[in-house]
Amino acid sequence: MNRDELLKKLTELDFIAVDLGLFLNTHPENSEAIKAYNQVIATADTIRMKYEENFGPLCSFRSYAMNTQDWQWKDNPWPWKTDANFSLAGKECK
Amino acid sequence: MWIYEKKLEFPVKITQPDARMAKIIIEQFGGGDGELAASLRYLSQKYTMVTPEAKATLNDIGTEELAHLEMVGTMVHQLTQGLSKQEIQEAGLDAYYVSHGLGVYPSSAAGVPFTAAYLQSKGDPITDLYEDMAAEQKARSTYEYLIDMADSPEVLAPLRFLRQREIVHFQRFGEALEIARDYLNREHYFFMQQNGCKK
Repeated sequence: MNRDELLKKLTELDFIAVDLGLFLNTHPENSEAIKAYNQVIATADTIRMKYEENFGPLCSFRSYAMNTQDWQWKDNPWPWKTDANFSLAGKECK
Repeated sequence: MWIYEKKLEFPVKITQPDARMAKIIIEQFGGGDGELAASLRYLSQKYTMVTPEAKATLNDIGTEELAHLEMVGTMVHQLTQGLSKQEIQEAGLDAYYVSHGLGVYPSSAAGVPFTAAYLQSKGDPITDLYEDMAAEQKARSTYEYLIDMADSPEVLAPLRFLRQREIVHFQRFGEALEIARDYLNREHYFFMQQNGCKK
């Protein structure tokens, strides 16, 4: 997968985790949601590892990316730039 | 504490600048029902919230609002890249420009600077959760008005995502309110005074 494909997959999985996390805050005994949450976190982690190994750290620490003599954290693209983002125009839920 | 993650919650890729949309979308950055007010509201109220469920809800929705603040700031930034003098003047963005250039400043669409007077932290769980539910609905309305004003699919996609999050947050706050109310009713009458002074 290229950068955009990996980022898209990770964005999707992390969003599911965020939304399930909010749901579990008010439904803490929903075992089906707990199972889904644990699964999506595990899957997202494998994608996060692939992304960070290839395209640099997403967090300045606790990252799967190795810090070598180059400090990669500062490197472009930052998320507010168009080249950091893939497009979902026309594909969103309306 | 918070840890920054170097990606947006939902992608923003706006390749066509639009001064008119930038001028109104900033409402959700620094306006009364915007994302900065939302995050500060929930992250201030959490200290006196009751029940684990409602505390977690305030903490985590307040955190997600910071991610939304970044998305809205990104929209304003990308919409203002590559604008001409004429485009800025015709859209009426010139009054903003002389004060901020193309910097992203927390103000409303009408140019009113952000103020904490937009939000409350009342120290009363029921009062605060009602405010939060109203805040989510007000933000949903604002996103719908912005969607009414938008034509570009690049702009509509993140606006529609953000609108939907308001609906989910409203639902979660409603559930938190029920849980907090049950807890207060179960434990004590007049328990809401717990956040007031010692008698």
